[in-house]
Amino acid sequence: MDAFNSLMDGFGTALTPVNLLWAAVGVLLGTAIGVLPGIGPAMAVALLLPVTYGLEPTGAFIMFAGIYYGAMFGGSTTSILLNTPGESAAVVAAMEGHPMAKAGRGAQALAAAAIGHFAGGMIGTLLLVALAPTVADLAVDIGAPDYFAIMVLAFIAVTSVLGSSRIRGLASLLIGLTIGLVGLDQMTGQQRLTFGSLQLADGIDVVIVAVGLFAIGEALWVAAHLRRGDAEAIPVGRPWLGGADVRRTWKSWLRGPFIGFPFGAIPAGGAEIPTFLSYVTEKRLSRHKDEWGKGAIEGVAGPESAASASAAGTLVSMLTLGLPTTAVAAVMLAAFQQYGIQPGPLLFEREPDLVWGLIASLFVGMVLLLALNLPLAPVWAKLLRIPRPYLYAGILFFAAVGAYAVGGEPVDLVILLVIGLIGFGMRRYGLPILPAVIGVILGPNAEQQLRRALQISDGSVGGLVDTPFSLTVYGLIVLIVAWPLVKKALARVRRRGVDVEA
Amino acid sequence: MTTPDTTTTTTGAGPEGTGGRSRRAWLREHSELGVGVLLLALGVLVLTDALTMDVEIAQRGPIGPKTVPVAVGVGLLVVAVLLAVDVLRGGRGEAEGGEDIDLSEPADWRTVLLLAGVFLATAVLIEPVGFPIAGALLFWGSAYALGSRHLDRDPLIAAGLSVVTYEVFNNLLGVPLPGGPLMGVL
Repeated sequence: MDAFNSLMDGFGTALTPVNLLWAAVGVLLGTAIGVLPGIGPAMAVALLLPVTYGLEPTGAFIMFAGIYYGAMFGGSTTSILLNTPGESAAVVAAMEGHPMAKAGRGAQALAAAAIGHFAGGMIGTLLLVALAPTVADLAVDIGAPDYFAIMVLAFIAVTSVLGSSRIRGLASLLIGLTIGLVGLDQMTGQQRLTFGSLQLADGIDVVIVAVGLFAIGEALWVAAHLRRGDAEAIPVGRPWLGGADVRRTWKSWLRGPFIGFPFGAIPAGGAEIPTFLSYVTEKRLSRHKDEWGKGAIEGVAGPESAASASAAGTLVSMLTLGLPTTAVAAVMLAAFQQYGIQPGPLLFEREPDLVWGLIASLFVGMVLLLALNLPLAPVWAKLLRIPRPYLYAGILFFAAVGAYAVGGEPVDLVILLVIGLIGFGMRRYGLPILPAVIGVILGPNAEQQLRRALQISDGSVGGLVDTPFSLTVYGLIVLIVAWPLVKKALARVRRRGVDVEA
Repeated sequence: MTTPDTTTTTTGAGPEGTGGRSRRAWLREHSELGVGVLLLALGVLVLTDALTMDVEIAQRGPIGPKTVPVAVGVGLLVVAVLLAVDVLRGGRGEAEGGEDIDLSEPADWRTVLLLAGVFLATAVLIEPVGFPIAGALLFWGSAYALGSRHLDRDPLIAAGLSVVTYEVFNNLLGVPLPGGPLMGVL
């Protein structure tokens, strides 16, 4: 019941008028920006980082949580009404949601998505409350070698699981690690890759890297290939669901979280896999198989619920281990670092007010989202008609505000542009963005843990693998690296088996 | 490991022509090799920086500030070579798609360069003229570069957005932005 009491304290924090206001602002901003085509949750969170600079940490993270959930919800609105998902997690929502909208059932699709988000978020956050303190307790004794192992796991997972090419993932990671090296070495004060520049000696701020890669890179990339003649958004009324629809969807809403949550917690690409799994599951279990592909409402409800729960799962790893499993979590980790707070097992002990206030505000945010989004959906739908020049000019504008706000240095804008051009090149040649961001954020930290671990073991490499925890993690890494080979071998064995039978 | 050729952006490969033209087509087809070259250059840069580092400063622990940069530098060199091999064997990075992206047209470099120029101008102007003016120019310039030609509406939107953002950040959120001479007058 300890977690329960802490959660109640958290509600005490989250329900103060000021924090309630931040939660509402976050949800509204998040949804508005998430609805805008071309802006996914990661870019939304990165662009909105500077908004929170003037706030104290608790308020800032409460607002952040609202932005995160709001942006995810907004993304599904775009998918359903425009059939052009901005990020991989929203692809599935478009598969059934857009046909529904075309058939005049857009209101029902939006309602199924909104309630799915609510159900998934609620169940996911309850699982977070139940699990996070336990995970933190288990992890509280872990030391430098274990942290290093976790970070190596994060590096390997983002390069191998995401994207279609491991080489390109690795290239992206190394670019990120290189950017992370710039500045003074944290242990000795040695200058690295600064070329004598004072500006570079401070290092390149993570926020500038995130905004540059996500926002500037994306805006320039779109500018080079801007579609002439915008896709038409389908107008929509106020979302509602009839009794027959509710009878069809309630099980999907409840099933989604149990697929989404575990995938969010592990570094396997966030909501992409679970939304797809949920889609397949719902299709198999559906009694209306003939409707699939033409607008089956379960195909919106289940995946949306899974997506929302995976966001809660993401927070488990991020808060208890400091392990970001998605791009949004990576940007949030950067935000924590801005306040000098290191997420990890000790976070629950050191910053109970902040953590439980944040978790409680997730519940508050979910209720606000549901209450705001059902009536406001027609307004959000109007945002889809924003002329594209304004949209991308706005992205550049707010990216500039964010980068300048970091340190008040005009040179940061130049660095931002350079990183944006790198992001442009990466998009052109299919290098995934996430490994680079993870490399910048975790790289310096991983180096410190590595050096600390080797300091403890007096330079013996054995010191990196002398705990059961780190051994387990390295075991996982070997599995991830070897998996494609194993899969190939299995397929060969199976094929041979079939040959023998035949 | 390798992705089959799925990109539609490399459209330049025309019919086989003279030797010069086919070489240019080959280069365009394999422009991704440039990424390998850049990674190689970056690797050399990181390694040079690491190896010329002068670690006289008391080094705490068995590994000093050099080790990780050396590892990253070597990693960059290895990946550069692997990527080049992959490209020569027909692997291609898949250009990213999206809501507003039309990959069937060749890249519009003019817009990208204009946007980069406008952005650089903002970096130069933000301190002397202040954020409200520099921000408005950034928005208007970008919108213009992206094809918006509403000369009546665009400057007004840009000015409004910029001033409101300045007020909100500077006065409401406590994030200081330079006001410049304009805000001194108002």
